[in-house]
Amino acid sequence: MEPSIPLRIAYAFVSLAVITVYGLLLIGSMARISAKVQGRVGQPVWQPFIDIIKSSGKRNSISHGIMFWLGPVFRLAGGVGTYMFVPAVLGSVVFQNFSMSGDLLLVMYFIFFGQLGMALGASEGGHPYSAIGVSRGLAQMTAFEVPFALSIISIAVQYGTLDITKIVMAQQGGWQHWTLFTNPLAVVAAMIAFLGMSMHNPFSVVIAPQEIPIGPPTEYQSNLLGMLQTNRAVFNGAKLVLYMNLFFGGATNVPVMVVKTFLIYFINIFVGQAFPRFRVDQSIRFFLGVPTLIGIAAVVFIAF
Amino acid sequence: MSDMKFTRALADPDHALKPAGRPGPLGKPLVLANDGLPEEEKAWFCDAYPTASGPYKGILENFLNWARSKSLWILGFGTGCGAIELRPLMTSRFDMYRFGIQPRPTPRQSSVFVIGGYASVKTLKRIVRSYEQMMGPKFVVALGSCTINGGMYWDSYNTINAIEHYIPVDVYIAGCMPRPEALLAGFKELQRKIRRGECEGAVKYAENFEWYKANQKKVIHDWNMPDYNY
Repeated sequence: MEPSIPLRIAYAFVSLAVITVYGLLLIGSMARISAKVQGRVGQPVWQPFIDIIKSSGKRNSISHGIMFWLGPVFRLAGGVGTYMFVPAVLGSVVFQNFSMSGDLLLVMYFIFFGQLGMALGASEGGHPYSAIGVSRGLAQMTAFEVPFALSIISIAVQYGTLDITKIVMAQQGGWQHWTLFTNPLAVVAAMIAFLGMSMHNPFSVVIAPQEIPIGPPTEYQSNLLGMLQTNRAVFNGAKLVLYMNLFFGGATNVPVMVVKTFLIYFINIFVGQAFPRFRVDQSIRFFLGVPTLIGIAAVVFIAF
Repeated sequence: MSDMKFTRALADPDHALKPAGRPGPLGKPLVLANDGLPEEEKAWFCDAYPTASGPYKGILENFLNWARSKSLWILGFGTGCGAIELRPLMTSRFDMYRFGIQPRPTPRQSSVFVIGGYASVKTLKRIVRSYEQMMGPKFVVALGSCTINGGMYWDSYNTINAIEHYIPVDVYIAGCMPRPEALLAGFKELQRKIRRGECEGAVKYAENFEWYKANQKKVIHDWNMPDYNY
């Protein structure tokens, strides 16, 4: 039975709360795994929670204008928007969110919406590093969008739909039905784009510590920073759930969702710990090279 | 620069922190002069006094103090030779991340300012700018003997002797140089102090703003920045 609209909204809040907590724990545990790779003990798993409480509990806050305030709001809206239109757990009433026909296009838009909002807000801060970070971010975004979009086109052709729920349904009935095995080229192209989207090494040109220290959020502090940190968790969670749904057969219960998203995110850390950072031009050229060709091959392969 | 200042700072660090008979900027809409700036640039900068927010009490504040003590973000600004002792803290041998301590490249986001040893007058100018741009509550850890009484630079022509005459300090770590272990011990002490609610440097700075400013202007002669960088 379809739940009533108020109930669905209430469920959406529950779903959002769960993904926020899960996303923060995921960031914390990945930081700890990175620490182990470097031979350290590492921060506690719950450190992101403490950081957010501390940032939000600051006593002063400054603003550089209305757009400066709206930047993190847009960013958070992008994260929440992405998550709200992806069914996190297939068949679950609570985690169904607001998935509907054609939501794949909407989600693709929402993924980039937050970055654009952040670009406007960060530029208002007036710090040169913000502007450099923003221009790098937008350039890299444009680059990794090409293999990502090609991959999406490929699976849209494959399943004949733009409805994420239907794409997940089509992958049920065993691992051999996953897109990973029915359309591996699209998955490879999309996973490379995912590395760029997550901005871990070697694609960490936007935040780029030691280079343009911290990039766009240079001027953000206090509660605005807390908002950005929260969004990081929500947005990560949303992207992971989207990838799980599109390429790895989705999930029919929460434990499966947790395991799959953890493993997808782990690919980032695996690559990030193994490779140093690209320069900006290298990063952009990389996406427009082999990954784009793989994406085109995926489209051609599936269309004929 | 005199023996008197040297001994006074050692004997009673709080002695000079009580401004005599000054009407406080609190509650009064005073405007800073910003005399160091050219006329056409004055409109670009803030001309308000800092306002003291806090100290607060209560369960919520205790909880926030706990969170603050567990999430110390160091401003990545090595002000002297002591900054070399900060680097090993990130390595696997000392691993400050265990205690929730991490470096942060921008003053807006950081909460701990580590004064790494001697501060020359030129650096002091940047220290003041960076410190004022940090969001309260903010904490200062002064590292090495030079920050306490000048150390081996105590009669230098271009090095200030006691950093706490210019910005409020929460924890001193003595030594020349203190080892990274000493730094970690200092950070643990800072965490204890924050949890006890004793680290209200930002409030102290706002309340004694004119005293601090006068001290700063006494040594920084080419004052070409706003009086309060916010």
